Amino acid sequence: MTAPAAPAALRAGAETLAAPLPPLLAEARQLAQTVILGEHGRRRAGLGDAFWQFRPAAPTDEARAIDWRRSARSDTAFVREKEWQAAQSVALWVDDSRAMAFASSPRLPAKAARGRLLALALAVLLVRGGERVGLTDPDLPPRRGAAQLLRLAGRLARDGAEDYGAPAVAALAPHSRALFVSDFLGDLAPLEAAVAAAADRGVRGALLHILDPAEEAFPYDGRTIFESMGGGLRFETLKAAALRDDYRDRLARRKARLAALAGEAGWHLGLHHTDAPAAGALLWLYRAMERFRRC
Amino acid sequence: MLILGPVGFTAPALLYGLAALPVLWFLLRAVPPAPVRRRFPGVALLLGLRDPAAEAHRTPWWLVLLRMAAVGLLVLGFAGPVLDPEPRVAGTGPLLVLADGSWADAADWPRRQERIAALLAEAGRDGRPVAVALLTDPPPGVLPFQTAGEWAERVAGLAPRPFAPDARAVAAFAGRLPATGFATVWLADGLARDDRPELLAALEARGPVRVIESPRPVLALAPPAFRDGALALAVLRPGGGPAAVATVAARGPDPSGIERELARKAVALEAGAERGEAAAALPPELRNRVLRFEIAGVRSAGAVSLADDALRRRKVALIAGREDREGLDLLSPLHYLRQALAPVADLVDGPLADILQAAPDVIVLADVARLPDSEAAAMLAWVGRGGLLLRFAGPRLAASDVARTAEDPLMPVRLREGGRTLGGAMSWGEPKRLRPFAEGSPFHGLAIPGDVEVAAQVLAQPDPGLAGRTLASLADGTPLVTRRLEGEGQVVLFHVTANAEWSSLPLSGLFVQMLERLAVSTRPAAPAAADLEGRLWTAERLIDAWGRVDEAAETAGVPGAALAAAIAAGAPTAAVPPGVYAAADRRVALNVIGPDTTLTRAAWPPHIAVEGLAVRAERSLKGLVLAVALALLLADVVASLRVSGRLGRPRRAAVAVAVAAMAVAAVVAGAGGGPARAEGAADADAIRATTRFALAHVLTGDEAVDRMAAAGLAGLSRRLFERTSVEPGEPIAIDLETAELAFFPLLYWPVTTAGPLPSAAAYGRLNHFLRTGGMILFDTRDADLALAGATTPAGRRLREIARPLDIPPLEPVPSDHVLTRSFYLIQEFPGRFASREVWVEAAPPDAERAEGMPFRHLNDGVTPVVIGGNDWAAAWALDARGGALVPVGRGLGGERQRELAVRFGINLVMHVLTGNYKSDQVHVPALLERLGQ
Repeated sequence: MTAPAAPAALRAGAETLAAPLPPLLAEARQLAQTVILGEHGRRRAGLGDAFWQFRPAAPTDEARAIDWRRSARSDTAFVREKEWQAAQSVALWVDDSRAMAFASSPRLPAKAARGRLLALALAVLLVRGGERVGLTDPDLPPRRGAAQLLRLAGRLARDGAEDYGAPAVAALAPHSRALFVSDFLGDLAPLEAAVAAAADRGVRGALLHILDPAEEAFPYDGRTIFESMGGGLRFETLKAAALRDDYRDRLARRKARLAALAGEAGWHLGLHHTDAPAAGALLWLYRAMERFRRC
Repeated sequence: MLILGPVGFTAPALLYGLAALPVLWFLLRAVPPAPVRRRFPGVALLLGLRDPAAEAHRTPWWLVLLRMAAVGLLVLGFAGPVLDPEPRVAGTGPLLVLADGSWADAADWPRRQERIAALLAEAGRDGRPVAVALLTDPPPGVLPFQTAGEWAERVAGLAPRPFAPDARAVAAFAGRLPATGFATVWLADGLARDDRPELLAALEARGPVRVIESPRPVLALAPPAFRDGALALAVLRPGGGPAAVATVAARGPDPSGIERELARKAVALEAGAERGEAAAALPPELRNRVLRFEIAGVRSAGAVSLADDALRRRKVALIAGREDREGLDLLSPLHYLRQALAPVADLVDGPLADILQAAPDVIVLADVARLPDSEAAAMLAWVGRGGLLLRFAGPRLAASDVARTAEDPLMPVRLREGGRTLGGAMSWGEPKRLRPFAEGSPFHGLAIPGDVEVAAQVLAQPDPGLAGRTLASLADGTPLVTRRLEGEGQVVLFHVTANAEWSSLPLSGLFVQMLERLAVSTRPAAPAAADLEGRLWTAERLIDAWGRVDEAAETAGVPGAALAAAIAAGAPTAAVPPGVYAAADRRVALNVIGPDTTLTRAAWPPHIAVEGLAVRAERSLKGLVLAVALALLLADVVASLRVSGRLGRPRRAAVAVAVAAMAVAAVVAGAGGGPARAEGAADADAIRATTRFALAHVLTGDEAVDRMAAAGLAGLSRRLFERTSVEPGEPIAIDLETAELAFFPLLYWPVTTAGPLPSAAAYGRLNHFLRTGGMILFDTRDADLALAGATTPAGRRLREIARPLDIPPLEPVPSDHVLTRSFYLIQEFPGRFASREVWVEAAPPDAERAEGMPFRHLNDGVTPVVIGGNDWAAAWALDARGGALVPVGRGLGGERQRELAVRFGINLVMHVLTGNYKSDQVHVPALLERLGQ
């Protein structure tokens, strides 16, 4: 901000940044339209305006909680409960590492693009449902409202520089919801730590594992030098086809480890391939978020 | 050189490189193919994996084999493989390559040069110093031994000479040979010469001698000689050979002066014969023009024989005694002689003293009785030198006392007084006929026509020698032609006149034949040395060694003595090359082969190896082998790409194949498709234009004008269809640059001020169209509305257009022009405008009106152009419903004008189609009747 050209540079940067926003948001909204919101009540007592039920007063209830009009018609005291309407906070983490930029074919979207689309579409749905949506980053905490969607879209469009990413859970509010979208091809230890920390805080959520079909099938042959997207990792083989089985084995083990992680933490784990339609993944995501709310 | 079967190697040491191939095999197998770099996020999962240790990372065996083959072929290629190698023994020491370089070498000189080049190349490989020498042009000093490379550049410049080596020069050359030893290769021409053994001995004293000779026989042509009135052609073939036929061609200027072959004669050479002869009877007209004889197909100076004065026209001087009867050509004593001799001889006129200076071959004295003494002496001397004095009798001779009592040296016989007249009004005898010519007479064999009669003659005194001097006689035995030899010459007397007064002999063909026989027998023999000496002879034409005859330019003169010596020896030299030499008006040919030249095949001592000329063709396989190796390496590139997976994308391959296919298709289409289509279109146009008669208009580029022209012609076509037997099809628009005009009798050409002029090619077609009966109707469409003395813009444009056209003089349509009555009787030619000025080809100025006829008699062709400005097309134009497209005039008058315009159009088409039919006078009565109405 000290440079004289800073305002112009800021503006240019902002415009570059904002360029993908409307399309991403529009696409996400379009995707969200495919999910028809069914009965979306909280279906539990809570802090709200709508009547939920009368229940017999328990000794722990405060006297002012007793609904005297209902109690007067019978012998026992009843407490009027209102439906829980407190908004839930959902924190999203979409892996923005270089690995997510991979697409094995120009016809397929990059993993990052698909992940952002799904995350934003979920955010649209949640915002429509009155929830607060934000990022795990502390600079964009969950908020409600349409403006938050714009902010989310801008934030999601950014690319990271590292090869593999890991979620930061420091800013996660206790008992909130979390969604981690990544290919989980990097080191799993930070993820395990993050999930454990989140679970400790009562945060529940879902892991969406996005993979390119090539990462699943490993269709390579011959002498090949494999490099990570950032170039940080390098592996040379003389006959790539011979490694296919080993690779798949390792991938399967990784998936199993993720499943175990999710199971331990009580999280949901979903697997999505970029050659599959996004709507199915969105539906799964929404249901996964909803399941927590019901319980 | 290493030789393995049919293949040899010039650099066999390189073949050791093949031993390295197994090493290469090992190396090639050990090197894995180049890796492919891939970005792959899953690399994290790969880390730590190990490749299965298999052969998979090695180059496939077939690729190794391919590379091995390529490298092996490279080694073989650079080792210099040669097919059919010539095994040779490397020589040592200096080498002398000696060639005769004579005319006999010329026929196969390129092969000799090749052979010399091969010898030089071989010597160059062996590092021997070489000298090359031609015996016809021996090097002046010591033999110039140099490296073979320096000589190799000069081989192409070596040329044979049109003569044989000079014996003295060869002897001097042999004397100059260095004493140090050297080997010799002698490329001899195959003819024996006296100086050969001496030179051979001198060469053998220095070192081994190889002789190379062409097995082909040398063909030579002896100078044609006159024998029995025909040309005796002799072809020499030293050494003999199989039976063959040599064709001798006589070349010379044709009547238009262009040199060409005048005659050819096949000369048969029997098997083993060294000489073949044939006689060619050429008409004198041809013989006189012959410049040279040559054996067809043999490129050698020996196969050419130049003709000189010996074959030339003879010079005949005509002298008559009676020159006072002017104007009576047929009575001139010389008339028939001139007629007979002019085609075959050069005739000389003038006083006798001058004539003798001109050295004629023949002097004819027609009825000349006595010569002055001085002239008689000169004449006698001339006859003694070989002249032919041909005398004819006549009234003067008969009346004189020449050779009455004593023999006159210029008369063959003594004559009796007065002569005799046979069958005249005052005599009893019948005119006498000729007795057949006796054997031994030069006239022997000539057929005597039955109508040759002799009515008067001078009679010879019966002398003892009379019978011997008589060449021809009458039926009663009296001599008609007598001859006496005088020195080298002869005196011949015809006992009748040279004209038809005394006999009909000069009227007959026999007279010409007799003169020819006499003249032929007087041709000069070989020029004597005395004739040549003392004069400077300049070469007119020279022969080179290959027998080409060229005009000699700026060559120094040759003294007569040298020329005489060369001719006598029959051997031209460097100083006196063969050719035709001229001094004053005499021409002498010096040929390579003289009349006495004998040619014999060279005979070499038995210890001398004589080789043929052929160089064994070594075919170097280096290029081929290297090309195959290169192809294999290219295949290796493709295969390597394939192995490394970079060629594996089928889509790219498909794209490449598609691009190649498209390129091929484009080439094919460009080569064949375009013209075929254009031709098809042209054919379709031609078929359309010829299926039905169609009117045509020229496309001007102005769309409105073109539309109007098309509509106008369509309207006219419709009117023609309705009213006449002409049933035209749809009018056709003509693009002058491309269309064929031959199908259209009439072109309507609306003149516009814009647009380009036709190209030169289009003008060519237009002129052809006009010349072959086509007609163009030029329409300036402006009613010629211009101020006096000026022209309209369209008129100026018309002039520009018409300037290159072949247009005859024009005039306004006269009232009796056939256009006025070819269908309708009209006198006006209006269109949308009614200007009177319509121009057609002018009638010939001599056309006259016949008595009582309304028309001139004009039977010329169709006028090629009709020029006007009345915008006829607009008046003719009809719309789709048959209504007029453009208003003409006003009211009924306008309709009348339109009708006249249509009538003009019909008349015009009729005029084009029927030509001058209607101007035939046959139609006059009917026309008169109608005009009378």
